[in-house]
Parts: sequence; C-alpha cells; structure tokens
Amino acid sequence: MSDGVVIVGGGQAGFQTAFSLRSEGYEGPITLIGDEPHPPYQRPPLSKGFVLGKQTHSHLLLRPESYYADHQIRLLPGERVAAVETLEHRVQLRSGVMIPYDTLVLATGASNRALPVSGAERDGVCYLRTLSEAIEIKQRLEAANRVVVIGGGFIGLEIAASANTLGKTVTIIEALPRLMARVVAPLVSEFFMRSHAGRGVEVLLNAKVDRIGTREVILNDGSIRPADLIVVGIGITPNMDLALEAGLPVSNGIYVDEFLQTGDGRIFAIGDCAEYPNPFAGSRVRLESVQNAVDQAVCVAKTVVGKSAAYRAAPWFWSDQFDIRLQMVGLPAGHDQTVVRGKPEEGKFSVFYFRSGHLCAVDSVNRPVDHLAARRLIANATSLTPEQAANESLNLKTL
Amino acid sequence: MVLDPRMLSSVNVPKIKYISHQGDNYEIDVPVGESVMEGAVRNGIDGIVAECGGSCLCATCHVYVDEKFLPLLPPVDEAQDAMLDSTACERLSNSRLSCQIQVRQELDGLIVRMPEYQK
Repeated sequence: MSDGVVIVGGGQAGFQTAFSLRSEGYEGPITLIGDEPHPPYQRPPLSKGFVLGKQTHSHLLLRPESYYADHQIRLLPGERVAAVETLEHRVQLRSGVMIPYDTLVLATGASNRALPVSGAERDGVCYLRTLSEAIEIKQRLEAANRVVVIGGGFIGLEIAASANTLGKTVTIIEALPRLMARVVAPLVSEFFMRSHAGRGVEVLLNAKVDRIGTREVILNDGSIRPADLIVVGIGITPNMDLALEAGLPVSNGIYVDEFLQTGDGRIFAIGDCAEYPNPFAGSRVRLESVQNAVDQAVCVAKTVVGKSAAYRAAPWFWSDQFDIRLQMVGLPAGHDQTVVRGKPEEGKFSVFYFRSGHLCAVDSVNRPVDHLAARRLIANATSLTPEQAANESLNLKTL
Repeated sequence: MVLDPRMLSSVNVPKIKYISHQGDNYEIDVPVGESVMEGAVRNGIDGIVAECGGSCLCATCHVYVDEKFLPLLPPVDEAQDAMLDSTACERLSNSRLSCQIQVRQELDGLIVRMPEYQK
C-alpha cells in the first residue's frame, strides 16, 4: 500500500496541498503535521479583522475541524517534525513516532525576524505571525494607550491602522526613507504615509531603534516614545532547518526547480520557505504571500496525481489598511520606467512598472479593476505600452 | 412587546440552500452578518473553495443565485464585477461571489447553485 503524502506545515500552503489533493481525486493517505495547536487558519485577518474583533477564531479556520476526518486527512496539530530521513522515506516526530511517505511536501513557512537590540526580550514586545501571537496582541491592545510599531511594511502598517482605528496613540518606526520600500513605488509609499499621518499616526522614517526600555522605545537620536505595547514587524526568515539537516539544497529558501521539487525527487517545498525560478522575475525568488502558498500547493497536488506542470502563476499580493486596499501584481525588480493611471489625490490610482518596455508589475490603490486587468495582462504577457497604461479612456479589460 | 431584531435573528437563523453541480442539496443555518461563503466553508460544503478567505480577491466562491432572490441582493460593485470576469465556470447574469453576500433576515430561504468547479 502507498505511504501517501506527508505534509510538514499546517499553514496556508500545507492546508491547500491536502485540500487540493482530495479535490484532485487523490485517494492515498494524507498526513498534515502542524506545530501550532490550532487546525489550519487564515493568517491575513490576524492584523486586521481579528484584532479589531470583527472576526473570531472560528471565522479564521480554513475548514471546520470535522473536514479533516471527513476527507481522510490525518491532521496532527501541535506536532513538530524532528528529522526527515530521506533514505528511509520517513519523517520522525519529536515524540519519536515515524511516519513513512511516498511524497513529502515541506511547507514549513517562516519565522519572525527578531529585533536585534537590547531590551527586545522585555514584556510587551510582540510579534505577529501566529494566531497565538495575535491573541496576545489583541488582549494587550485592550489595555494599551500607546502603541509603537517597529517596521513600516505590510504587517506593521496593518497593525498600526488597526490600533489607530481602536483609538490608540500609534507611532510607526521605519528604518528606510519610505514605507513598504522593498515592495511598492515611491508614489504608493507617499500615499500611505499621508493616509496614516492624516489619521493621527506618527510615522518616523529613517529612524532606528537603539534599545527597548521599560515601557518605552529609545531611538538612535536619543528620542523616546513611551509604549504600552510594541509590535515588531521587520520581516521573516524561512524555516529551512529540516531541509538543511536532511541534506537538501538551500539558498535564500529551500531550493526547488520549476516543478517545486527539491534535490530529492520525492520531496517538494512550497510557500514562504521555498525559493524557485520565477519566469516573471527572470530569476529565482522566494515569495511570502497567500497567492504563492495556494498556487504552489495546487501545482504540487497536480503533480502528485500525474498532471505535472511547471509552476508559473503570476504573483499577486494585497494589504488592507483602514479603508484603503492596496493590490500588487507581478514583480517590479529591475524596472526602468513607471507610469501612473488615475489620480493619487483622489485616493484611486495605479502605478504600472515596465522593464525594457514590457509590463512587469502594477501597484493599485483602490483600483480593483486595474489590478484584475493587470493580473491577466501580466500572466499572459500581453503587450501594453506605457501610453496605453496611462490612458484612462482605454479599457484595459479589452486588451 | 417590541422585539429586538437581534433577538429575532437569534431565534430564527436564516436558512440558506446550497445546491451542488451534481444536484445535492444542503440546507444550512447561516447567522445574520455572516456571508453565504462563510456558511458553506464553516459547514464543510465542498463546492465553495474561498481561497482568499472572503476578501473579494479570488473567484473561488462563485455561485449562481436563484433568480427570485436577485432583487434582494445589493448591486455588484466594481471590485466584484471585475472578479466575476475571472470565474472558472461561465459567468451568468445571476453570478455572484458568495463572500460578498452578507446574510440578512430577508435572505432566509436563499437558494444558491454551485458551479462545477471553482479553479
């Protein structure tokens, strides 16, 4: 009998692998191992609807607990894999239990980068990736008046927006000269800077944290921000230890080919932990997004059932802050031209990025129609000139 | 005696009828304020996938709404309209994303048909 598929990681990618295997008609055993105590849940609402109290734990579950037994998926929450034994085709749990596999999917995700300053271990310094962390932040927010967010990326800005919405006094500390600097155009950074500042959030750019004191953050220039709660969102590092110890190649992520296969033909890696060749970037990338987790899981599930195809989904991302929706598609790395469509002053615009005359990415602020048109244009490599992109009388859907 | 509408909803939770492509019927209690998508996902109905979790960002919670309920639904906004162009199965005039249908008391008895596939 087949040993089936073992999935390490109970996040979005791990869950989707199990889900897609069953919906693709896979009938072998599936074991889904997650180190968190909860069944798989959605992470994106943690910084938004969950801390705001609009969504409860049960709303976040990707499927009810009964789903797993109903679909013959052996769910092992609260379990950690200690080792992958590639020659024996089995994983060993911390408890010593061995689970054999035909196919192994590493969806081990990532871990929060720790704030590398003194005092970072103090009570009241929180991170946000897991539900348990979000529960703690939500509880602490209730009692907090002053919140300092370290890191002006998606997570930091979303939690800052939520805390501001809850009436807290919020400061964002960003080390770079603009918000979300690694991922969006300067115009978009400026728009979000104004949006936060306009609602009373203090945004400090080019600002570095020197140390954390008792209920306060001390900056490099000596200035101090009192804080009842400090939330750190300064990026993540992929969880690669299992792969490393198993002798699988790793780089800026677990190294996989266009089929998301590692150096071992039975082992795949997907989601936040995997570095793969991306045809849109023309290079190897590691992406941290729901879309990437879901679509890579679907790709691997298809491979397992014999419908193998290279992974080539166009990457897209989103971030909700206040009532503003930011959507991104494609990868802007290496762009040499940008064009604006719409009016930033009206809070609805898109920035189109071109690389050697080809559309490579689009950031949209409150322009879902642009975003969806761009998803198709980029996925199909449809040609679009910068002039067309800027021309609002041209319906992008018709291209 | 004046009935608080919230009390009313707690005693009389709207029922939503989901019909699969194969013709299986599921009648589910979906509380006021939840979406038709959430009602399906929370009850493990397979025909609705909801990859993005209800953010109007994918099109995998596509349903066909029974015609007689269409006048009770809010108009399709531009985000949903654009998303409905990306459904895996054909978009019809009664196509909606079920994450965008918030259940209200008047929607008690709503019938939605699920497409053959969502992706």
